[in-house]
Amino acid sequence: MAAKTLYDKIWELHEVRRDDDGTALLYIDRHLVHEVTSPQAFEGLEIAQRSLWRKRSILAVPDHNVPTTGLELGITDPVARLQVDTLNQNCDKYGLTEFKMGDVRQGIVHVIGPEQGATLPGMTVVCGDSHTSTHGAFAALAFGIGTSEVEHVMATQCLIQKKSKNMRVTVDGKVAEGITAKDIVLHIIGEIGTAGGTGCTIEFAGEAITNLSMEGRMTVCNMTIEAGARAGLIACDQTTLDYVRGRPFAPQGEAWEQAITCWADLHSDPDAVFDREVVIDAQDIAPQVTWGTSPEMVCAVHQRVPDPAQEPDPIKAGGMQNALDYMGLKANTPLDQVFVDKIFIGSCTNSRIEDLRAAASVVKGRKVADSVKLAMVVPGSGLIKQQAEDEGLDRIFIEAGFEWREPGCSMCLGMNADQLGSGERCASTSNRNFEGRQGQGGRTHLVSPAMAAAAAVKGHFTDVREL
Amino acid sequence: MEKFEKFTGIVAGIDRPNIDTDAIIPKQYLKSIKRSGFGVNLFDAWRYLDPGEPGQDHSRRRINPDFVLNKDPFKDAQILLARENFACGSSREHAVWALLDFGIKAVIAPSFADIFYNNSFKNGLLPIALGSELVDQLFSELESNEDCQLSIDLENQVVRNASGTEMAFEIEEFRKYCLLNGLDDIGLTMQHAETIKAFEQQYYEKLPWLR
Ligand code: SF4
Repeated sequence: MAAKTLYDKIWELHEVRRDDDGTALLYIDRHLVHEVTSPQAFEGLEIAQRSLWRKRSILAVPDHNVPTTGLELGITDPVARLQVDTLNQNCDKYGLTEFKMGDVRQGIVHVIGPEQGATLPGMTVVCGDSHTSTHGAFAALAFGIGTSEVEHVMATQCLIQKKSKNMRVTVDGKVAEGITAKDIVLHIIGEIGTAGGTGCTIEFAGEAITNLSMEGRMTVCNMTIEAGARAGLIACDQTTLDYVRGRPFAPQGEAWEQAITCWADLHSDPDAVFDREVVIDAQDIAPQVTWGTSPEMVCAVHQRVPDPAQEPDPIKAGGMQNALDYMGLKANTPLDQVFVDKIFIGSCTNSRIEDLRAAASVVKGRKVADSVKLAMVVPGSGLIKQQAEDEGLDRIFIEAGFEWREPGCSMCLGMNADQLGSGERCASTSNRNFEGRQGQGGRTHLVSPAMAAAAAVKGHFTDVREL
Repeated sequence: MEKFEKFTGIVAGIDRPNIDTDAIIPKQYLKSIKRSGFGVNLFDAWRYLDPGEPGQDHSRRRINPDFVLNKDPFKDAQILLARENFACGSSREHAVWALLDFGIKAVIAPSFADIFYNNSFKNGLLPIALGSELVDQLFSELESNEDCQLSIDLENQVVRNASGTEMAFEIEEFRKYCLLNGLDDIGLTMQHAETIKAFEQQYYEKLPWLR
């Protein structure tokens, strides 16, 4: 039997049929649904008078629009409220599982799926959201889909897909002390570029990856889409099983034993061939800070803002200059001299308990710098918030001058009131630094939770290891 | 979905790589629960000088006169020309809806983000990937010839310029067939309902904990 990659194995398990040209029907196990990309899909089903194929595959949650303060008031923005109400109505009507606002299990869709054990190894997981790649950390084939595809999965439990290419990014060796999953993935994107994985499913491998906790693995897979690949994967191992065991949606008892026997095969065969291989030396990775308007525009914190004049490719140089203009940065400025106005610790990239612990350990006994206008922590789910409070992390943040908020997407994309003003500069643990992402004219620098916390304390970027 | 017919239309160029979905349609407009009406907010932050909110009267906003889609004849553009990795970022299908609602029927770029590429076909928008040199050439033609028009012939998989030069493009047979015939994916998949049921049966026998 030919050696297979992890991607090959999961694909084969889910292929319902395939045409000669390779167009296949892929069976979907888990369908996560949120309020922004689903209303038009439900409407489409209704118009065509189609029913849902497998209601129990769906787990729904409002996250993008939910406010992170004053929950007792509900959503005050009428347009946002209509969207959340529409999700509630659709879920009630079809009898779908939904964690509504006010439920302690509510949170960011990519945080709650794994937290509930709704994401399991070997599954296919889809959601109308590009950061569905997060779930690949569980050796699940997980990718974002558009609204038409949301409707397609609801109606048929399948997607029309063509298999993508196999790519492997191996991070060899151990990372230095203080280097986090976020630094690893930003460094990878800096190396391969935002289109580096286009058309591929990327498997992350190597010692630095397997050493990561599930939280860290989710951070890496989360940002696969920023490298252009729809899906990222990490093999299933003991770390995976330890995380999944005992979660509400995970199999129990005999079913668990059956499942783990099957999951033992969820890794690439040793001699499997990849279409593309990239190898990165973990020792080369320093704390990362993005300086531009694309996640590939990233440097180590002790470096300087790059100079477009040094870029030989005129299109790239133009792109760099546009980015610097937008970001209000001068070429050659040392990154650790760049001051920030706001700090955002949250998003599906970095809002899990480990992230909050990392940030809290930096902040503990320190104060947010006076020059920082707002520093906020937005836990990824109600359960994480609760756990953090049980551990006293909320006190640490509040005493340092942070705001401790309710769970949701929040300032990651600023669909609710949490936004950057024009020209405001933010150290953010989210995943996109696009123009206007966190608010029109807002300037985003992507960093790890520890680096965001360090920036909060200093008022400017700094190497957290030297704090 | 409407059938994709051969057409000749005005080309507007945005000479930037990595144009992301936040630029194509900013998040505040994603709050809509409809599929239509996004055209006025296409490239909102570039098209207008003032920040926009959903539901506002867009005729009263401050237009950015320098942005290509605000200029004649590009206000009526049906084809968009851009650089590599067009529409990277989020899965929002609103990006496709906004382009279509504005009147764009085809986008030409050296490469596209995967999700956007997929979403386009579900809505009858044609993404055409041409080599970087050809895209370079089209950009320079645009510069020297203000009202540049192109003909898009999906059937024969060619883009034709005013002087008759043809540029061939690749497209998967299945996608082409669906576009040309205006076919809805769900209807096509439903034809395989029995196959899906048979698949499920053996699947859940094999993996009973997922049942
Ligand atoms: S946290 Fe940000 S990236 Fe993640 S799902 Fe929400 S909006 Fe998208």
